[in-house]
Amino acid sequence: MTDDKDVLRDVWFGRIPTCFTLYQDEITEREAEPYYLLLPRISYLTLVTDKVKKHFQKVMRQEEINEIWFEYEGTPLKWHYPIGLLFDLHASNTALPWNITVHFKNFPEKDLLHCHSKDVIEAHFMACIKEADALKHKSQVINEMQKKDHKQLWMGLQNDKFEQFWAINRKLMEYPPEDNGFRYIPFRIYQATTERPFIQKLFRPIASGGQLHTLGDLLKDVCPSAITPEDGEKKTQIMIHGIEPMLETPIQWLSEHMSYPDNFLHISIIPRPTD
Amino acid sequence: MAEDGEQAAVSPQGEAGEEAAEGGAAAAGAAEPVPPAAGSPGTEEPAGDAKKKIDVLLKAVGDTPIMRTKKWAVERTRTIQGLVDFIKKFLKLMASEQLFIYVNQSFAPSPDQEVGTLYECFGSDGKLVLHYCKTQAWG
Repeated sequence: MTDDKDVLRDVWFGRIPTCFTLYQDEITEREAEPYYLLLPRISYLTLVTDKVKKHFQKVMRQEEINEIWFEYEGTPLKWHYPIGLLFDLHASNTALPWNITVHFKNFPEKDLLHCHSKDVIEAHFMACIKEADALKHKSQVINEMQKKDHKQLWMGLQNDKFEQFWAINRKLMEYPPEDNGFRYIPFRIYQATTERPFIQKLFRPIASGGQLHTLGDLLKDVCPSAITPEDGEKKTQIMIHGIEPMLETPIQWLSEHMSYPDNFLHISIIPRPTD
Repeated sequence: MAEDGEQAAVSPQGEAGEEAAEGGAAAAGAAEPVPPAAGSPGTEEPAGDAKKKIDVLLKAVGDTPIMRTKKWAVERTRTIQGLVDFIKKFLKLMASEQLFIYVNQSFAPSPDQEVGTLYECFGSDGKLVLHYCKTQAWG
């Protein structure tokens, strides 16, 4: 029997082998070799790709280089979504490594936010944590923290320091014992088959009768199309961190153990492969 | 000012007795009571629009200029970026000037977040209160 705490480590150290290739229309002075990297699932593309950027810029002329952006099979990849979510949503059930195309031109303004510095990522990350705590504790926990605690959460993520991050983050995962859970569960549900952005609603971890709400209860409530009728064949996969958690899993447990560092449960609903 | 295409997505919502200042296109239907739509109780809007739009209360922070009309009916699918662009145009800010929007006076939602989703999670009394500011106000 493994400790539930081990799950936190497994989630933190999840990696995706990735092959970065320069877009064919980018102008280079000599051939651009592909670049291979293990991407941390919990991090952000623009936070962990300095080496990728340098690698390709070596073979390019200064005037050809604008803001870097990434694409997978025609889909621009949103840097402000965690890497693991991008993979689960767009590339589950495909062969590894994950083939990402690198662009330095024609930034897709409609699809992507700009990311001119790490400060932008930090601001986005902290805003997500604050939003999550607004749902979990009416912002009480995050507001009681000091500025240096906020910084420690960010530095923990930026420098891939599990202990540093969790020393603070565990406070965000606490709740009064009499409540049996958070006020609301911070979750976002993404669907590969729709252009619509994510679903986010108020959802309590405990039913009014006192029983624990499960992942299945959540989906039934906010995204019933994802659930397979009892006699039907399974058409969808429900993915978190590259696995399909059982629908009977209590949502409070998932929130505490399988949330991303931004304190949200990012749930991908994708079509089940037919073979 | 706010007439060019913005009217469709964001329209002023007069409070009782309050004059809807600029381009009061939506004000005509405001007097007719309509059954409140699911999720937006008390919306004083022509039916049909009621389901698609939510009430947003915009409040200025610090020395950021205020808007005479504070309550607006905004389409649920409108993004925060769309709202930022609208406010900047309304206040005649320069495109280069920054504008931050905050929910609950605590966090800045990401520019691609939809106001409808924020309303579902953080709305109260049938409206979503957003603070706007030219400099970073919170965190």
